[in-house]
Amino acid sequence: MRTALLIARKDLRQRFRDRSALIYGILAPLGLAFIFSFVFNPIQNTTFEVEYVVVDEDAGPISVAFGQALGALEDNLGATVRQVDSVQKAEEQVETGSDAFAGEDEEQADAAFLLPAGLSDDVMSGQGGEMTVIGGAGSELGTQIAYSVAEGFAAELGAVEVAVKTAVSFETAPDPETVGLLTEQAAATKNPVTLEDISAATKQLSATTYMAAGMAVFFLFFTVSFGVSGLLEEKRIGTMHRLLAAPISRRSIVIGKALTSFALGIVSMTILVVATTILLDADWGDPLGVAMLVVAAVFSAMGILAIVAATAKTQDQAGNFQAIVSLVLAFLGGTFFSIAQVGGLITTLSLFTPHAWFLRGLGDLQGGEVSSVLPAVAALLAFGLVTGAIAWPFLLRAVDR
Amino acid sequence: MEGQGNGLVLECRGLRKAFGDLQAVDGVGFSIAEGETYGLLGPNGAGKTTSISMICGLLQRDAGDVFVDGKPLTTRSVGAKSAVGYVPQDLAIYPDLTARENLAFFGRLYGLSGNELKTRVDEVLEIIGLADRKNDKSDEFSGGMKRRLNIGIGLLHGPHLLVLDEPTVGVDPQSRNAILESVEHLSTEGMAVLYTTHYMEEAERLCDRVGIIDHGKIVAEGNRRELVELVGQRDRIRLRASGDLEGAAAAVAGLPGVLEAAAREDGLDLIVECAADTLTEILGGVTQAGATVSSVDVDEPNLEAVFLHLTGRALRD
Repeated sequence: MRTALLIARKDLRQRFRDRSALIYGILAPLGLAFIFSFVFNPIQNTTFEVEYVVVDEDAGPISVAFGQALGALEDNLGATVRQVDSVQKAEEQVETGSDAFAGEDEEQADAAFLLPAGLSDDVMSGQGGEMTVIGGAGSELGTQIAYSVAEGFAAELGAVEVAVKTAVSFETAPDPETVGLLTEQAAATKNPVTLEDISAATKQLSATTYMAAGMAVFFLFFTVSFGVSGLLEEKRIGTMHRLLAAPISRRSIVIGKALTSFALGIVSMTILVVATTILLDADWGDPLGVAMLVVAAVFSAMGILAIVAATAKTQDQAGNFQAIVSLVLAFLGGTFFSIAQVGGLITTLSLFTPHAWFLRGLGDLQGGEVSSVLPAVAALLAFGLVTGAIAWPFLLRAVDR
Repeated sequence: MEGQGNGLVLECRGLRKAFGDLQAVDGVGFSIAEGETYGLLGPNGAGKTTSISMICGLLQRDAGDVFVDGKPLTTRSVGAKSAVGYVPQDLAIYPDLTARENLAFFGRLYGLSGNELKTRVDEVLEIIGLADRKNDKSDEFSGGMKRRLNIGIGLLHGPHLLVLDEPTVGVDPQSRNAILESVEHLSTEGMAVLYTTHYMEEAERLCDRVGIIDHGKIVAEGNRRELVELVGQRDRIRLRASGDLEGAAAAVAGLPGVLEAAAREDGLDLIVECAADTLTEILGGVTQAGATVSSVDVDEPNLEAVFLHLTGRALRD
């Protein structure tokens, strides 16, 4: 172990002296996190202002329930909802809202909801009703939200309708009063449309934190590679012959390189966590949980890159392989964009990347206790153990090759 | 199998190594005593580097034994390797580390530490002439300085056996001479030296004994004179002279060690066993016979001629 530590200490001195670790381990990820943060923060921090108008020609229980849904929209999204008394006014305000040259004092809206007369009756009688959303051409996001709210509400209405039909099907004929009562109860029991602030409570990283973590784990794979591919560098500069002639074991040479990787990875990640917390206001979560994830992520990166280093014949070849592997894993692992938004096969494939588990662990940490990171930590350690075990005999052979 | 414990620092027997179909080393064996410099002389590709890679434990051998100070040495040995200082053919130093850091790192690998390490580093820096550049990074050094540092690392732990693999390849004449002087000095201090080269002059200057290697086999071994005699070569002396040349030839022909003496138009041609031993007597005999010598030209058969004779090709082929 003493020899391995000697080799690791020498390697670290070299890496810090040639500044390669500094660039890949700290400056590049920190710089990119800064850039991405500046790109995404305006979107995140801009106050979302959206105005909706409602034409309630129904004035029945359905429109009341819909009003509650819009109330939640006002409370949680900061939307403004106004009632207007005619479809024509609603259309005018939506058109005005889309007009870039409209005066400030003109009433305008991003979208309008039209609840036609008899909507509640139609729904309660089982015929189904129709709700219309008028979207402004210049307010794509506002229209999209309005459409989503209406669609979600309509889905809830469908459930209510089926429930009522089932409840009254044992009797001879549906009593309109009973149907109306049940509908009102159903609507009152559960807010048809629920909007919640999901950023803090349910496993979501802020855009800044996501970018900082993504860049950190992406560049971790480059930083760690300086250690394991150090075997190939020793060969390139001829010093491997001296190491082999020295009274030390082959194993201690490989362990020394692994220790170098580990130290570089830990130092790099620690600096990035601290720097992005201070400079970018990133919120990584509980330090203990973050530390566990960082150690496990470094371990997994070491294992994967050890396989690459063990199979490459030259340092250049290893560098190319490592860059390809790091990029592919980073893309699949959601380093540059949230995999959850893509879904499908990519989401499944992401489970085979340490990057995804690392980001997932950080997400879990946002919404839970420190112990919530354990599944991610276990997955990362498993990556490291399996790949490290595969690489070990090849690395020993590579020393002699 | 044990070493014979006969005072030999290095003893190797029957070393064999093949790379695929190529038999790189085929039964190499020799020994080196304390204070002796042994040269492994052969052209590029003869098997020199492969042989010393096995001797130093860098390379797994197919067959054969190596003993250093009587201890068996393999790729996994620790004790025997501690007694060996290895200077590879190519530079093997860390360019980002200073001369002192390079020496200290390898010194620690050989178990040196504390004041002992510091003292040895300072001593070696003096020996290799880099004391005033000890804190400079080695990538700022000239080629010759790097070579000297390369050798210094091999000396640091005070090995009993120093193995130098063509240490003067690509070195300027001044640095080359400095390296050769260092090796001469080390052998006088009692260190056993194994020196591989394809420069005949270096082998002749440094080595007490030489093994001539070709196609992975040692084809002849001995000191220069033994090798020369092995192939029947003799020293040749050419005297430019005037006067009674026939009488002078007859006078020196009977001297001990003179094998042939013949007069020619402007002097004498002689074949002797050893020019250095007989030259004084020959000059005296010629003068007494009434001839006047104006110049002397001694032509000693060299290892190049021996190698050519033994292998049918030149060292640099």
